[in-house]
Amino acid sequence: MNPTPDDEHWKRTSRLMLTMMGLWFFFGYVIHAFVVPLNAIKIFGFPLGFYMAAQGSLIVFVAMLFWFAKAQDRIDRDAGFAEDE
Amino acid sequence: MTTQVQSSGGDFTSNLGRIYGIYTGGFAAFVILIAILEKVGVPNQILGYMFVGFTILVYAFIGIVSRTVQVSEYYVAGRKVPAFYNGMATGADWMSGASFVGMAGSLFLLGYDGLAFVLGWTGGYVLVAVLVAPFLRKFGAYTVPDFLAARYGGNTARMLGVMVLLACSFTYVVAQIFATGLIAQRFLGMDFVVAVYVGLFGILVCSMLGGMRAVTWTQVAQYIVLIVAYLIPVIILSAQKYGLPLPQLTYGAAIAEITALEQGFVAKGLATEAVMTAKSHVQPFTSYSPANYFALILCLMVGTASLPHVLMRYFTTPSVRDARMSVAWSLLFIFLLYFTAPAYAAFSKLEVYSTLIGRNIADMPAWVFTYGKLGLVTICGKAADSVATITAACSALAGHTGVLRLQDFGINTDVVVLSTPEIAGLPYVIAGLVAAGGLAAALSTADGLLLAIANALSHDIYYKVIDPKAPAARRLVISRILLVLVALAAAWTASKRPADILAMVSWAFSLAAAGLFPALVLGIWDKRTNRAGAIAGIIAGFGVTLFYLVVTRYFPGFGVSYAGMSSLLNPVTNAPLVDLAKAMAAPNAMEGWVAGTHPLASKVGWFNINNISSAIFGLPIGFAVMFIVSRMTTAPSKELQDFVDSCRRPRGGTLMEEKTA
Repeated sequence: MNPTPDDEHWKRTSRLMLTMMGLWFFFGYVIHAFVVPLNAIKIFGFPLGFYMAAQGSLIVFVAMLFWFAKAQDRIDRDAGFAEDE
Repeated sequence: MTTQVQSSGGDFTSNLGRIYGIYTGGFAAFVILIAILEKVGVPNQILGYMFVGFTILVYAFIGIVSRTVQVSEYYVAGRKVPAFYNGMATGADWMSGASFVGMAGSLFLLGYDGLAFVLGWTGGYVLVAVLVAPFLRKFGAYTVPDFLAARYGGNTARMLGVMVLLACSFTYVVAQIFATGLIAQRFLGMDFVVAVYVGLFGILVCSMLGGMRAVTWTQVAQYIVLIVAYLIPVIILSAQKYGLPLPQLTYGAAIAEITALEQGFVAKGLATEAVMTAKSHVQPFTSYSPANYFALILCLMVGTASLPHVLMRYFTTPSVRDARMSVAWSLLFIFLLYFTAPAYAAFSKLEVYSTLIGRNIADMPAWVFTYGKLGLVTICGKAADSVATITAACSALAGHTGVLRLQDFGINTDVVVLSTPEIAGLPYVIAGLVAAGGLAAALSTADGLLLAIANALSHDIYYKVIDPKAPAARRLVISRILLVLVALAAAWTASKRPADILAMVSWAFSLAAAGLFPALVLGIWDKRTNRAGAIAGIIAGFGVTLFYLVVTRYFPGFGVSYAGMSSLLNPVTNAPLVDLAKAMAAPNAMEGWVAGTHPLASKVGWFNINNISSAIFGLPIGFAVMFIVSRMTTAPSKELQDFVDSCRRPRGGTLMEEKTA
C-alpha cells in the first residue's frame, strides 16, 4: 500500500486522539479542581462547580463523541481507508 | 434453516423502528391498564406480579424469537446491529441494578463527592470511542481475550485476559442477581432465595437460546422500560413542585433550598456545625479527599473502557464507522439517566429536610416505618420499625429533645429511588413501574455479563485452547451449558447473601482498568509493544491492584506491618481514621480474612488512597512495565506490525475470519 496517505492517515488520527484526550482531561478533571471558586457563581440556582460535575461535563462528553465520530470518518475518507457504505 | 434465520434477521433489522415503536406503545398501554385496574380496586400485590410477569414474558418472547444456531449470530449478533439500537442495548447493558436503584441514593448521602460516579461512568465512554472500541471492531474479535491473543501471539496473553475478565465479571453478575432478588422481595413479597432463582430464569431465557443476538434485542426492550421508569416519577415530582416537568433544570432551585435549610439547621440546633460541614450537599471533598475524588474518577473511567461486557457490545455493529457512532449513542442514552440521578437525590433530600428534620419523633410519616421495618431507615441509631422503638432510642440519647435532628436520621442508598413514588404520594402503578425498571436494569446487565463470562470460557478456553477442531454445533452446545453453569453458580452465591459482594462490584472497575487497559491501548497505539511486555505488564498492573485490594480489605494488619501502609485520613479534619498504635496492639490486629467490621479493614493504605481507587497504583505500573519490558526485548514481527496497521484502517473487512462449519 502507498505509504504516504497511510502515514498521513495515522498522523491525523493521532492528532484527533490527542485533541479528544485534552478535552477529556480538561472536562473530566481540570475544571473540577476549581469547584470551590466556581461554586460562587450561580446559574438557575446551581452553584457552577456542582453543575459542571452533575451536568456540564456530561453534556460536553456526549457532544464530543458525536463530533469525534464525524471527524474520524472524514479522516478515513480523505485517506481512502473508509469502509464502503 | 440457516437462510431462513438470516432472512428473518434481515426483515427484523429493517423493521426495527416499527417493532420498537409498537413495543413502546404497548408498554404505555399496559401501564395505563394497570392504573385503571388500581382505580377499580385490584390489590397492589397482584398489580406488582402483573408488572413483573408481563415484562419478563416479553423479554423471554424476544429471547425465544431470536434463538440461533449460527456461531456469528451467537457471539456477535451477526454484526448487524445498527449504531442507534446498539447504543440503547449498551445503555441497558451498562446501567446495572445498582445504578438504577442505588445511584441517586449515593448522591443523596455523598452530595458533591458522589458525582465522581456520574463523571466516571460517563467520561469513560470517551476513552472507549477514541482509544479502544473501533479498533477491536475492525479486528473482528468475538471476545476481548481474542484480541490479546492475536496481537500478542499465543495463549498466555489470552489466558491472562480470561483471568482478568473472570475476576471482574463474576462478582458483578452476582450483584445483579442479588439486586433482582431484592427488588422481587420488596415489591412482590417473595422469599429472597425464591426471588433469586426467578431472576435467574428471567436472565437465562434471554441469553441461552440466542446468545448475543437475543441479548441485544432484549436489552433494547429493557432500556426502554428502565429509562421510562426512571424518568416518570421524578418528572411528576418536578411538575408538582415547580410546575415544570424538567427535573434536570428545576433541581437547581431544590439545591438552593437545601443549602438554605442546611444553614437553618445549625442556627436552630438541629445539627451541629461539624455534622453540617460533613453533610453539606454542594460542599466538595467532604467524603473523599481531592486526591481520592480524582483517583476514583480516573479508575471508573478507565475501568469503563476495559470492562469486557461493555467492549463486546461494539463487536456487533455493521462497520467501524457504526461502532464509533454507536459509542456516541450509548453515552447519550446513559447520560439520560445519569444527569437525572442528581435531580432525584436533590428532590428527595429536600423532602426529607423540609418535612422530617425538626419534626417530633412521635410524629414521623408512614413511609419511614415501611422502610424502617426492612432496616433501611434508622432513627437515633435504631431501625425505625415502630414509634415506640424510635422514641425509646432517642430518649436514651443524652440531651435529646424529642425533635428529629439531622444526625439522628439514617437512610440506605436503595431507599431513595424506591420510596420516591410513595413519599410523593403517587399511586402504586408508579411504584410498580419503578420495580419493573430496576428489574430491567439488573436483568440486562446480568445478561451481558453472563454472556461475556460464558463466551470467554467456551470460545477462549474450550475452542481456542482445548479443542481447536471442535465443530460449530458442539461449540454452541458447550457455550450454552457453560452459560447455565455460570448462572447457577452466580445465583447460588447470591442466595447466600454475601455481605461483601456489593463492595466488591466497585473493585471490578479497578481490576479491569489495571489488568486490561494498558494491554489494549498499547496494543493499538504502540507497535513496539510485544508479547513479553504485555504479559509482564498485565501481571504487574493486575497484581499490584489485587494486592492492594486484598491486603487493605482482608489483611490490613499485614499491610501496616510489612507493606508500609498507614491509616487513611478523615477528608474534613485530616485526622487518622484509626489510631494505628492502639489498633496494632490489639489481639486481632494480625488476623487474616477479617470481616468488614474489623477496626482496620479498608481503613489503611498507601498515600491515603481508598481501596476503591486501587487501580491508581496498578495502572501506571502496568503501563510502565509494559513499555519498558517491550523496549528491552525484540520488536514484534513484521506480520504483527502489519496487523496493527490494518487494525488502524477501517477499510477491508474483519481480520479474524470465522470458519462456520
